[in-house]
Amino acid sequence: MTDATASGAAPERRHTSLMTADKGTRRRNAAEARFRAYGLAAIAVGLAALVILLVSILSQGLSSFRQAYVTLDVPLTAETLDPGGNRDPADIASVSTFGYSSIIRDAVLNTFRNAGIEIEGLSEDEARGIISPEASAQIRDRVLADPELIGQTVEIEVLANSWIDGYFKGRVTDRTAELNSNVSPAQIQLAQAMQDAGILNVHFNWAFITAPDASDNRPEAAGLGVAIIGSLYMMLIVLCLALPIGVAASIYLEEFAPQNWFTDVIEVNISNLAAVPSIVYGILGLAIFINFAGLPQSAPIVGGLVLTLMTLPTIIIATRASLKAVPPSIRDAALGIGASKMQSVFHHVLPLAMPGILTGTIIGLAQALGETAPLLLIGMVAFVRDYPAAPPDGFFDPASALPVQVYNWTQRADPAFVERASGAIIVLLVFLLIMNTLAIVLRRRFERRW
Amino acid sequence: MNDMRPLERIVDTDNVKIAAKNVQVYYGDTHAIKDVDVDILANTVTAFIGPSGCGKSTFLRCINRMNDTIDIARIEGNILLDGEDIYDKRVDPVQLRARVGMVFQKPNPFPKSIYDNVAYGPKIHGLARNKAELDEIVEKALRRGAIWDEVKDRLHASGTGLSGGQQQRLCIARAVATEPEVLLMDEPCSALDPIATAQVEELIDELKETYSVVIVTHSMQQAARVSQKTAFFHLGNLVEYGDTGDIFNTPQDQRTESYITGRIG
Ligand SMILES: Nc1ncnc2c1ncn2[C@@H]1O[C@H](COP(=O)(O)OP(=O)(O)O)[C@@H](O)[C@H]1O
Ligand SMILES: [Mg+2]
Repeated sequence: MTDATASGAAPERRHTSLMTADKGTRRRNAAEARFRAYGLAAIAVGLAALVILLVSILSQGLSSFRQAYVTLDVPLTAETLDPGGNRDPADIASVSTFGYSSIIRDAVLNTFRNAGIEIEGLSEDEARGIISPEASAQIRDRVLADPELIGQTVEIEVLANSWIDGYFKGRVTDRTAELNSNVSPAQIQLAQAMQDAGILNVHFNWAFITAPDASDNRPEAAGLGVAIIGSLYMMLIVLCLALPIGVAASIYLEEFAPQNWFTDVIEVNISNLAAVPSIVYGILGLAIFINFAGLPQSAPIVGGLVLTLMTLPTIIIATRASLKAVPPSIRDAALGIGASKMQSVFHHVLPLAMPGILTGTIIGLAQALGETAPLLLIGMVAFVRDYPAAPPDGFFDPASALPVQVYNWTQRADPAFVERASGAIIVLLVFLLIMNTLAIVLRRRFERRW
Repeated sequence: MNDMRPLERIVDTDNVKIAAKNVQVYYGDTHAIKDVDVDILANTVTAFIGPSGCGKSTFLRCINRMNDTIDIARIEGNILLDGEDIYDKRVDPVQLRARVGMVFQKPNPFPKSIYDNVAYGPKIHGLARNKAELDEIVEKALRRGAIWDEVKDRLHASGTGLSGGQQQRLCIARAVATEPEVLLMDEPCSALDPIATAQVEELIDELKETYSVVIVTHSMQQAARVSQKTAFFHLGNLVEYGDTGDIFNTPQDQRTESYITGRIG
């Protein structure tokens, strides 16, 4: 194999030297080298695709975790906010966000004056346009949380408009602003001046993770809060239903069920169910859980049940495979000293199969976490701004889900939503990464040799 | 339990512990055991010998109903343990297996600690009332398995970390810990080296003081060394059964003689 010096006179077949590889060996080695090259190439293609995917998502989405904020000096005038003048929380709450518009105008002018910024060539409305329409809600929330503030002038940090935010993230430039009816170059210059004056800051944006979704014209306020809660609720339901049902079914099929045509049919069906397109489960969920059982639309309970059905075959197949992998000698050993079938399964076989079961379950959960199609059919695509309550009641409240939120945002016109969709994908990927790490850790912890 | 040993020793050595009558075993359509009648005595080592595939393991597994775990296996005839038919509908095989222990061909310790391996049987059968009693049972079993000295300092190390011979003696200790009356051993030494084999054989000789031991072996020397009774199986038939000395010195059947002299195997 080392040096294949072609020997001039081909020696007799029987007496070839070990120092030179013969024709067959050379062919075999060449085939092996070729095969390795194919393998390496395949891995390289896979890795390249992964890198491209990650780079594109990270480059588009990471900026959604940062957001431009404007610090306003807000004069919370008592006449507007508490007409009754008796600080009654009900009275204060009766002032809608609409009632705050004069406050915002005063606040903006006040702030510019204090910072010494001239508004040249811009109308008051245009100057106000730098602030997000969400600002009135932010100020109102602050006042409702602390009515004592009424009558004072308070520094409140509010969101900048998404186009201004886009300027600081490079999505909007002077040139594109000229062509854009939503934002003008003069506004951008003003925003730049505000940043120089220290009243506009770009910093980490917790609201992206905690806030609920927002309407089409205020992408800067849109967050993943409701979607994350919805997804967590559904995962909880899937885990609590699919794991025990799946493991019990597998143990029965693998260890107790007699081998006959009936169990064969079940086995074939389970394998087939694993291959059923997920949208079919969505239709099933719509027909059974919503139309027949009368469960509410958009609720995590329905999503959880549908995803449970979808995850069950995965868990059953993984569990049966890991039960099968436990050597029969372990079962014999347990039965041989007088353990019952059940004792042999629960004391010996199941613990040994645990790493495989956990891995299968977590893979199934990860699959369910990323599943979109069936959730669209059961109404999880609805626009939900209220956080669901704590479980178990919250299972019946409307909610969104992470992948559905991604889908939802990509459907909207404003490019700021594309950024947020990529940001949501990053959050989803982080969750998947955590789950897979958990799978590996659990597997390491439980793994045993025999 | 110590006080029971003298009692059992007084028992007449001709006392029949297991009586098999007309036993037939089928695996689907294969007739693996044909018409076997045999009386296995208490406090005796009985060896089953015969060419491979002749049904020794199958018959051995009938005695503690391990064949129940094979779906296609079907057993006819009667096997009596102390006069009671173990295939009677009222018999729970789990209860039976606590009285008829088994050691397998391949050492199969649980992937748990040495202590837990031995303690498992007594625990599930409720033989110990507290930790101290359990410790005592484990120590006694490991001593009887002739492995105590080797493992006493690492009782909480994994049983699968032992050598093959140690694992097999651990399995014997595990079987002994549940205080069975009969110990079935299916080629217990086939995976062992000669030194470990000698240790196990010595052990078997001691065990017959308390138990009735049935051992399947493909080594005729081993059968001659450890057993008092020998049964020769051929193609599912029990060809000859008698005192080990008689079987080896004056076989009555042509097939036995051929096997012993090495002409079939
Ligand atoms: N689980 C089984 N299923 C079907 N046939 C079996 C099974 N176990 C053993 N047999 C058959 O029964 C016969 C006896 O086997 P066995 O008792 O293992 O022989 P031995 O232990 O004497 O070598 C063989 O022909 C074997 O093929
Ligand atoms: Mg055998």
